[in-house]
Amino acid sequence: MKQCDIFTMKSPFRDDYRIPGFYFGNGDKTVAIIGAMRGNEVQQLFVCSQLVKNLLALEGEGKINPNVGILVIPTVNPYSLNIHKRFWAMDNTDINRMFPGYDQGETTQRIAAALFETVRGYEYGIQLSSYYLNGNFVPHVRVMDTGYQDLESAKSFGLPFIYEYEPKPYDTTLLNYNWQIFDTKAFSIYSGSTDVINKDLAKQTWLSILRFLHAKGIIDKPMHGGMVPFKFRNEMLSTVVSRQSGILYPKCDVAQNVKKGDLLAEVLSPYMGETIDSIYSPVTGTVFFAHHTPLIHQHSRIFQIVEYPE
Amino acid sequence: MIQTVISENLPVDERLIIKKNSIGNKDGKRVCIVTGIHGDELEGQYVCYELMRRLKKESHQLKGRVEIYPALNPLGVDSVTRAIPTFDLDMNRIFPGNPDGHMIEYVAHRIIEDLAGADLVIDIHSSNVYLYEIPQARISKTFSDKLMPIAEMLNLDFIWVHDAATVLESTIAHSLNSIGTPTVVVEMGIGMKITKEYGDRLVDGIINMLDKFGMWGGNLPVRIKQPIISTVGDVCFINANYSGVIINPMPHSSRVCKGDVLCQIVSSLTGEVLENVEAPVDGLLFTMRSYPIVYEGSLLARIFYKQ
Repeated sequence: MKQCDIFTMKSPFRDDYRIPGFYFGNGDKTVAIIGAMRGNEVQQLFVCSQLVKNLLALEGEGKINPNVGILVIPTVNPYSLNIHKRFWAMDNTDINRMFPGYDQGETTQRIAAALFETVRGYEYGIQLSSYYLNGNFVPHVRVMDTGYQDLESAKSFGLPFIYEYEPKPYDTTLLNYNWQIFDTKAFSIYSGSTDVINKDLAKQTWLSILRFLHAKGIIDKPMHGGMVPFKFRNEMLSTVVSRQSGILYPKCDVAQNVKKGDLLAEVLSPYMGETIDSIYSPVTGTVFFAHHTPLIHQHSRIFQIVEYPE
Repeated sequence: MIQTVISENLPVDERLIIKKNSIGNKDGKRVCIVTGIHGDELEGQYVCYELMRRLKKESHQLKGRVEIYPALNPLGVDSVTRAIPTFDLDMNRIFPGNPDGHMIEYVAHRIIEDLAGADLVIDIHSSNVYLYEIPQARISKTFSDKLMPIAEMLNLDFIWVHDAATVLESTIAHSLNSIGTPTVVVEMGIGMKITKEYGDRLVDGIINMLDKFGMWGGNLPVRIKQPIISTVGDVCFINANYSGVIINPMPHSSRVCKGDVLCQIVSSLTGEVLENVEAPVDGLLFTMRSYPIVYEGSLLARIFYKQ
C-alpha cells in the first residue's frame, strides 16, 4: 500500500486540510472508492476504513491481482467531519455538488477538481453515498440512467437492490454523474445509515465491495455471491407521505416486508399523546427507506416501499 | 389584502405559513415580488416594505395588481438560516418541486402554482454573508431576449447575462421562465444586512417598470439609471491564492485599473502580508468580499471589463 495526499490546503487557523488516498496494486487505474464526502457520513468513513484494513491484509497475502490499481479515499472532507457539520466548514457548500470542479474556482470547486483529476480514468468508480433526509435504507446500489450505466456489473455487489434512476438537473454536478460522462462505470452504494455506525450494515457493505472486486478479477478473495438483486426504477418506488404532523411512532422498520394495508406508523399529538393519524402501506413490498425523525412535518416523506410486480 | 399561500403543519403546535400581500385589482396585469428564499438574505425585506408603502400611498393610481411575498423560506428568515431549517438544503435548488414529494418539494410546487401566469416575477436576492454586490440583474442567455428589456427598467447598475447551466434549472427563476412566466433575478447588497440606498433604487426601478407596463399613473422617480450590460464585455473572477485574513478591501462598485490592490491577505499569527491581491484588468468592481476570513479559492472579487 502506498499512502499519499491527493490534495492539501492551508487554513487560516486550523491544521492543514488533507485528503489522503490509499493505493493498492501496481497496475492501471482499475477501481476508485470514495467514502465520506460530507461531514456527517461516518458510516461511509467506517466502511472505507474497514476496506483499507481488508485490502492491506489481502496485499500481505499476495491476493491483490497483478496489473490492477485500487484507490481508496476514506474521506474527502475531514474538516467537516471534525466539527460535525454536513457541508463545507466555511461556507456550507456541498463538495458533491461541485463536479467536475474548477481548479481556479472557489475552495470546494478546487477540492472537487483535485479529486476528479485523481479519480477520473478509473474503469470503475464506487462512492459511498448518503441521503438528505435522516433515515435508513436497505443497503443497495444506485445507478444513474445516463446512457452509460453498467447494470450488469452492479449485480456483482450482491446487494439486495439495484435502483436505477434518471438524473435531475441538479444531479449533473455530482461525482457519479461526471464519472459516467467521463467513461467510468460508476456506482453509488447506500450502506444503510449515515451519521451513526451500524456495524452489521457496514460489514454487509464492505463485503459487497470486496465481492465486486473479486468478481472483476481485482482481488483473489472467493466468497459467496451474495443476493440476487432486485432491479427497479422510480416507478416501482412507492412514497408514503405524512398527512399530519406530530410525534412519529414507527411500527415497522427498513427491510421489512409489508402487505398493502399494514400499519406502518402512527402520528401522535405532541401535547395529548393520542393517535391523530395512522399510516398504512399503500402497496405490498419491502420497506426500502425509513425516515428516522421523532418529530414529523406534514407532507414528509416517511417511507419508501419497493413494490414488486404482480 | 393579505392571503396565506401555504399553510403546513409543523410537528409541535405551529404552522409553516407563507403569506403574500396583494394590492390593486384583478383586472389588468399582475406583477409579483418574491424574496427570502435564502433566509440570510434580507435586502428584499426593505424593498417589500417600501414598495408597499408607496403603492398604498397612491393606490388609486395602480392599474392591475402587485403581489408581495416577503418570505418564501419563513423558517429560514426567522432563524438566521440560509437553507431550509431541518433539511440543510438550498431552497433555490428544489424547484419546480413535486406535488407528491417531501414537504419542501411540495411547498416549492405550491409556490410555482401560485406565481404561474404572472406578467412578471422579480426574485430579490442579496448575495450571501461573504460578498457585497452592486444592484444587478442576472439573466440566463436562454431567456435574455424577453427579460433584458424588463431588467433595463429596474434602475440597476449592471445586467449579467450568464450561460445556461444545467444545475440552475432547479431555481425558481428558471422554473417560472420555463413555463412562460417572466422572472428576473435581482442581486444586491450583502447577506444579513439592509442597504437602504440600494432598496430605494430598486423600488424606484419597480415603479418605473409598473409605469412602462401601463400599471402606474402616480409619481415617478426622477432618474432611472441605464445599466451596463455584460454582453459588451466579460466578467473576471478573482479568487484567493492564500488562506488568511482580508484587510483593506477596496469599496465595491469602484472603477479599478489593472494593478490596483483590491485587498490584502495577511497572517494575523506572523504579521506577514501573504498576498497583495491586484486587479488583473481595468473595469467595474461589482462584487467585493466583505467577510474577512478566506481559504485558498475563496471568491474575493468580480470585475466587469470591456474586451
